[in-house]
Amino acid sequence: MTLETSRFESPTDVEGAVALLAAEGGAKVLSGGTDLLVQMRLGAGAPQVFVDVKRIPRLMAVRLGSEGLTIGASVPAAEIFENESIRSLWPGVAEATDLIGSTQVQGRATWSGNLCNASPAADSVPALMACGAVAVIAGPSGERRVSVDAFIKGPGKTVLRRGELVVEFEIPAPPPRSADAYLRLIPRTEMDIAVVGAGVQVELDDGGAIASARVVLGAVAPTALFVEAAASALIGSRLEDAALDAAAAASRAAATPIDDRRGTIAYRKKIAGVLTTRAAKIAFERAQAR
Amino acid sequence: MSADTNEGQERKFKRIGTRPIRHDGLDKVTGRARFGADYALPGMLHGVMVRSPYAHARILSIDISQAEKVPGVRAVVTRDDFPDVPIGWIPAGSTGVDLGANARTVMAREKVLFHGHAFAAVAATTELAAREAGKLIKVEWEVLTPVLSLEQALAKDAPILHEGQETKGDHPTPEGDSNIANQVCFEGGDIAAGFEEADVIVEGHFETPMVHQGYIEPHACLANVREDGTCEVWCPTQGAFGVKGEVASIAGIEPSLVKVTPTEIGGGFGGKIPVYIEPVAVVLSRKAARPVKITMSREEVFRGSGPTSGSRMWARIGAKSDGTFVAVETKFDFEAGAFRGSPVGAACMTVFSPYNCENFRIFGRDIVLNKPRVAAYRAPGAPIGAFAAESLIDELAMKLDRNPIDLRIQNAVAEGDRAKYGPRFGTIGFKEVLEATRSHPHYKAELGPNQGRGVAAGFWFNAGMQSSATVSVNDDGSAVVRTGNPDIGGSRASMALMCAEELGVDVARVRPLVGDTDSVGYCDPTGGSRVTYATGMAVIEATRQVVDHLRARAATIWDIELDAVEWQDGNAVAINGSAEKGSMSLEDIARKMRLTGGPIVSSASVNPPAAGPGFGVHVCDLEVDPETGVSKVIRYTVVQDAGKAIHPTYVEGQYQGGAAQGIGWALNEEYLWDAEGKVENAGFLDYRIPVASDLPMIDTVIVEVANPLHPYGVRGVGETPIVPPLGAVANAMRHATGIRFHRLPMSPPRVLDALDSDGASS
Amino acid sequence: MAKLRVETTINGEETEFLCSGQDSLLDVLRGPLAMTGTKEGCTTGDCGACSIVLDGRLVPSCLVLAAEAEGRVVETIEGVADGQKLTAVQQQFLEHGALQCGICTPGFIIAAEKLLEKNPDPTEEEARYYLAGNLCRCTGYDKIIRAVLDAAAVRREERA
Repeated sequence: MTLETSRFESPTDVEGAVALLAAEGGAKVLSGGTDLLVQMRLGAGAPQVFVDVKRIPRLMAVRLGSEGLTIGASVPAAEIFENESIRSLWPGVAEATDLIGSTQVQGRATWSGNLCNASPAADSVPALMACGAVAVIAGPSGERRVSVDAFIKGPGKTVLRRGELVVEFEIPAPPPRSADAYLRLIPRTEMDIAVVGAGVQVELDDGGAIASARVVLGAVAPTALFVEAAASALIGSRLEDAALDAAAAASRAAATPIDDRRGTIAYRKKIAGVLTTRAAKIAFERAQAR
Repeated sequence: MSADTNEGQERKFKRIGTRPIRHDGLDKVTGRARFGADYALPGMLHGVMVRSPYAHARILSIDISQAEKVPGVRAVVTRDDFPDVPIGWIPAGSTGVDLGANARTVMAREKVLFHGHAFAAVAATTELAAREAGKLIKVEWEVLTPVLSLEQALAKDAPILHEGQETKGDHPTPEGDSNIANQVCFEGGDIAAGFEEADVIVEGHFETPMVHQGYIEPHACLANVREDGTCEVWCPTQGAFGVKGEVASIAGIEPSLVKVTPTEIGGGFGGKIPVYIEPVAVVLSRKAARPVKITMSREEVFRGSGPTSGSRMWARIGAKSDGTFVAVETKFDFEAGAFRGSPVGAACMTVFSPYNCENFRIFGRDIVLNKPRVAAYRAPGAPIGAFAAESLIDELAMKLDRNPIDLRIQNAVAEGDRAKYGPRFGTIGFKEVLEATRSHPHYKAELGPNQGRGVAAGFWFNAGMQSSATVSVNDDGSAVVRTGNPDIGGSRASMALMCAEELGVDVARVRPLVGDTDSVGYCDPTGGSRVTYATGMAVIEATRQVVDHLRARAATIWDIELDAVEWQDGNAVAINGSAEKGSMSLEDIARKMRLTGGPIVSSASVNPPAAGPGFGVHVCDLEVDPETGVSKVIRYTVVQDAGKAIHPTYVEGQYQGGAAQGIGWALNEEYLWDAEGKVENAGFLDYRIPVASDLPMIDTVIVEVANPLHPYGVRGVGETPIVPPLGAVANAMRHATGIRFHRLPMSPPRVLDALDSDGASS
Repeated sequence: MAKLRVETTINGEETEFLCSGQDSLLDVLRGPLAMTGTKEGCTTGDCGACSIVLDGRLVPSCLVLAAEAEGRVVETIEGVADGQKLTAVQQQFLEHGALQCGICTPGFIIAAEKLLEKNPDPTEEEARYYLAGNLCRCTGYDKIIRAVLDAAAVRREERA
């Protein structure tokens, strides 16, 4: 017998990456590696081929225009958080990005990895969903755009087909008088996986009431969850106690978490409510300030 | 050394108590320092342990034939490659280690007794090949029902881990085979009468989880067995001589053939006293005729190396209305893991010993179950017992409406008082520490909303044991001090300071070394808070002998009587009728060594039967988020008696580090198990040790009540700091939330659950 | 399988090495390159002991494949000191006794250097959060944080 070690490829264009991923069933995209390599160390086995996509310029590019943000799928979290424009336009997305792992891990971790790993507890996913982000996917039959909320099918499962990879994210420019926020709960102050995460985006009307809202919960269901009822509770309000209580109750009701080593069902449901109100307050204050 | 040489109270030190940069510091800030996994030899093979997928199973047969065929594999070993050391074999004159149990911990024999228990090992040219080969080892298992909790271990028809194990120890013991390995009981006075006399009684059931020492450096070892049977081992260990002895016994080699070199050690806290991989690397090397290196993964560290016990405890205190303790009682059940040897005995000895009370009954049981075998962890057992005792004392203070420090002072032991385990305390500083705490600004500071302050005390015996040191003078007047105690937290700097103090030279002129087992006299492990105390005594003694030599050389040069030469701060000074000779520096004498009798080298060995106990009191301010149950330590102060701080920086470091470990234990650390007994959180992601942002600065107060047993008054300081935090944090939580937590860790879900159920206790 | 040949720059020196496709950069630094100052504590990015700087970014070298280093710039603990002169961070770690066992020290120093480069005057809280990915089990972090804050002050003075 022989002991196989992995092949390593670093294509410099999207076509090259697609060709490798399409040709080899055992090929895996290596973006930041903070999930892929960890899973390998913990016994998942090394892939046949690592396809390092970080030498593809498009995957490392950041373009900010009046339409919004188009950002390469493999831009590391640290670079995203350091970008002052991103921080000021989408503070919630930036906060979520800044919460992914340690400073070191943020030097590697990427939104595409966070998304494609399809963990229910990913920090960036609820925040991206709250802002209406879209993933641009390239594959053997061309490109397609899938909104982040439709991307994950279940724990570890995504819409990606063989040969496909995420190349970019698009976030539409925030409407005037709108803002987002993201909060998560962890047992320590850092270095933990979210027990619950909550992303909220609100847009105010001319009178200062909430005209539209998005509430997204992480780690309380197989995938990050839009809580329509919580958003409805916020709409029309100026975050009066009744509205906040209703939104929290809606989040608690919508959460269908599991018991695991990071939290219990009862705890996660309660926290879903708490974080909904806290994130809503932050988003609301930010929107008022705009 | 006798008490009459003690100068701790009055001597004016010139160098002791200063804060020089540690000698090994440069190599550690530049990456040059070589730790366990940093060693390599030409032709070295990579060894891996193969570990049990079951928590409890009998090994019927092992077939290694497929594994041996993997390309690159040079040796596969199992129980058949190790001598059958009988269980319960404790060599005469040893410290009571059961070598049979140790041998079975290293390599399973009849059974695997915990998930992750090693039953084979492979050495190959690459780690990948070794791992692949490990998967091809075929074992015929008889899977047995695992015993995963104290309840299950004690159940009437519980599966028995060790057939033939009868309960040892005190008091009525169960008939026949039992998972209760040992019972201990300390009794005094009349417990029933004591509680009868009490005006107020507080009691509670407490639980603590199994926790890991959490050192950042995984175990690693490089072994090379040579053609003549001699064997060299490099490993990060707290005690190279212990490794030498255990490698010899477990691998079946004459001890005289084994040389162990302790590398730099990346944390241990007790967990690097036992051997896990060293005998295996030796046996692999012998079989493969190549050097073999084994490095544990972090996951293996959590699954296969020593945690400390989980516990279930009950305790109660009876007191008069004026606060005087009249009766104390405990029943402690401690998890030993796979083999006997939990620290329940030390927990029983320490739990109420800081307080006077005539009537007591302290009872504890050491219980085996199918979890990793526990190893020493910083003041083994004491933090667990103190969690119960100090929580109850806090309750008592509230019931009696007393200041919790005053209540402790009222009952605190002082010199001449008897510890619950028998002996009378010598000079101790408990009351001084309590008083220093009471007058500390932290204790008087205002608290904000959702904040609470907790106070707790703790005590550890500290150890003496055997140590050796050698001091040699170089011809430029510098010196080398060599001991056999691995430096785990700055002890080389302390050894150099003591040597420099006696010689009267700058500490930079003294180079401290940690020797291998062939180059230094015997030293018991770095543990028990004993190195600065006992090894320090050997260093002082050896240096004083060197000074005597130096005086003698000066007397020879001057041609005067030895009595006419005094040693004063690095110089021989002629006195009495010879004062006209003046003085001669150490450098001058050293330069002439060759002409006056040759090299000056002295060694000393000590075996002090006792040490000076260490007492500490901690103050913790905790803030709790009532909506989420998340808590944060916002201020923390450690007050402890060091006897005499040799290098205050590293004394403070011990206080701070112990407090941080205790805070982690109190708030977030625990092993989580699946239904089959597999550790679910075998990594630093979900085994949550404190990170930098979790903690505040940790203030320290070094109280110095000189220990008469040591020439400078030193007490060990390493272990006491982990004893109070569990109680201090729990008491802070009580005052922040109104809820008494009886179960650790006080993690956010548990806290919120208790808050929401309006529980007065949880 | 044939080994990959990688050319990279480590601490300013052009370096080449052979590796397999799945070797981590940490494996190669510590093994073939014998640069053992970068420590291995977990291999899963949770402890920070293996911190290095890759193309200017602080990263865990256990989560970087060795082959990724091709053409990149790698900085490790061995390259931190300026010739025979310690940096302010290194010197303050010594002055404060900000290490006990020292296994986490190289990772802390690499991370602290990067922190002070990005933020010359961090608050205690900023330092604690930036360094939260570097685990230390000995010190309780007190002396480490003090050393980093004092090193920041020394650096500011030197640059003033």
